[in-house]
Amino acid sequence: MIEVEHLTKRYGRHLAVDDVSFTCEPGTVTGFLGPNGAGKSTTMRMICGLATPTSGTATVSGVEYRRLGNPGRQIGVLLDASAQHAGRTGRETLALAAVTMGLDTARVPERLRQVGLEGAAARRRVRAYSLGMRQRLGLAYAMIGDPAVLILDEPANGLDPEGIHWMRGLLRGFADRGGTVLLSSHLLREVEVVADRLVMIGGGRVLMQGDKAQLLGAAGTLVRAADPVALDALLDRMGVTGSRCADGGVLVPAGPQSIGQAAAESGVVLLELRAAGSGGLEEMFLRLTAKSELEEVSR
Amino acid sequence: MSALSPAVSRPVPLGRLTVVELRKLADTRAGLWLLIVIVLATAGTSVLQLGWADESEQSFPAFFLFGQVPSAVLLPVLGILSVTSEWSQRTVLGTFTLVPARGRVLGAKVVAGVLISVAATALAAILAAVATVIAGPLGGAASWRLEPSLIGQSLLLQAVFVLMGIGFGTLLLSTPLAIVVFFALPTVWSVLGSVVKSLSTASEWLDLNFTSQALTNPDMTGGEWSRLAVSATVWVVIPLVAGVVRVLRQEVS
Repeated sequence: MIEVEHLTKRYGRHLAVDDVSFTCEPGTVTGFLGPNGAGKSTTMRMICGLATPTSGTATVSGVEYRRLGNPGRQIGVLLDASAQHAGRTGRETLALAAVTMGLDTARVPERLRQVGLEGAAARRRVRAYSLGMRQRLGLAYAMIGDPAVLILDEPANGLDPEGIHWMRGLLRGFADRGGTVLLSSHLLREVEVVADRLVMIGGGRVLMQGDKAQLLGAAGTLVRAADPVALDALLDRMGVTGSRCADGGVLVPAGPQSIGQAAAESGVVLLELRAAGSGGLEEMFLRLTAKSELEEVSR
Repeated sequence: MSALSPAVSRPVPLGRLTVVELRKLADTRAGLWLLIVIVLATAGTSVLQLGWADESEQSFPAFFLFGQVPSAVLLPVLGILSVTSEWSQRTVLGTFTLVPARGRVLGAKVVAGVLISVAATALAAILAAVATVIAGPLGGAASWRLEPSLIGQSLLLQAVFVLMGIGFGTLLLSTPLAIVVFFALPTVWSVLGSVVKSLSTASEWLDLNFTSQALTNPDMTGGEWSRLAVSATVWVVIPLVAGVVRVLRQEVS
């Protein structure tokens, strides 16, 4: 369980995180989405006690992170896979974490095997690891204390498609066993398969949050007509403003039923009419973040 | 709200953190080689004396005191690295997420630093003993008489400089900067103290290079102890305290 309430972080005149609130429930994966610089990492650093909020609170399992004596047994954190000593071996990196948490280092080889870093890779120094291998080591590092909560910042960075698939399975299994996962990304597609809930932020503020299914449903309807001009005129008459997608379709914030009805009545030939789903969500996300970035610039 | 198990809520014991910090000193190539160089150089001092020193100088106390020089110079670098490498390698991110009580981590680094200086002193004593045994048949004085006060004073000498290294590392949080400042600043101050007349009294009390030399002579006087205490406050305690405050407040990213 992660509870974030009105978290705000100000650096001088710049508001990096602005009144962010959300909750991650046990048994769910929450996708934390936003473009680079939106405030995802700052929010996560505040949750983990590495940065002090200007105002607001964050608790993990009901407790402020800094008040946990030995957090590794409750929360696994991976904020930056490159933040490991280049001169240490993968095995030693995990062993240090295990000793710190008061765990037997005998579990280290098994944990390395689980993330595909067995044998020679385990004995190599982190300097020689690819970014993907560092992410795998980082996941093993986060999970070595058998935590109930995982906080991962862009864990898919540097992983190949097979690695991303593997990680999704790992996180899904973790949540299905009752774990809580908070997972950030700047790509919707990267998290939408595995996430149950989505929190989208841009310019430091929450733009949208909710169940994935609900958000996908709310994304509107995709319409494509044989005559785009006639469709535009129809939408005008209906009083709805659509937005044009890259493929020539129009994303309309109305249900398929009402649009189909209106099209039939005015004789506009439709080639496509469907709930926009994730494509619409991505459009919406891009639009929201573009708008918040514009506001940022004009301020 | 679920009740957290004691394994989670109880702070990581300082002993365990110290073990981790000691292990970190030796588990990277830089750290390991520094330790190897210290051992070899300490052995080297005995070899030098056996080969070239006056026969009267080939005694246990002489081997022991000369054997302290390499670790007194190089162990502080290990102390600096134990702090600054966490920032240069950004491992501080993992260290402080596993142990949010940052003061305990720094405390463990200090304890590890003291322990490693004890080990260095013991190593110097063992190697000095070996050299003394060899010196006998070679015609050296081979005297075993060591002033008891020198044991404690030698330990203190090592610990003071390691802690000064940790202090500078914590204050500056940058490996090259901390190493340069650690070696250059006290030397510049020593030179100024000896050249500028008006600084000579201040230098007597504030030049750690000078005041710490008393530790190598048996039975220090009260005056020597007070001068050492004052200079160690300036060069060790103040940087360490200021550095701890800096680290406690700093945002880690």
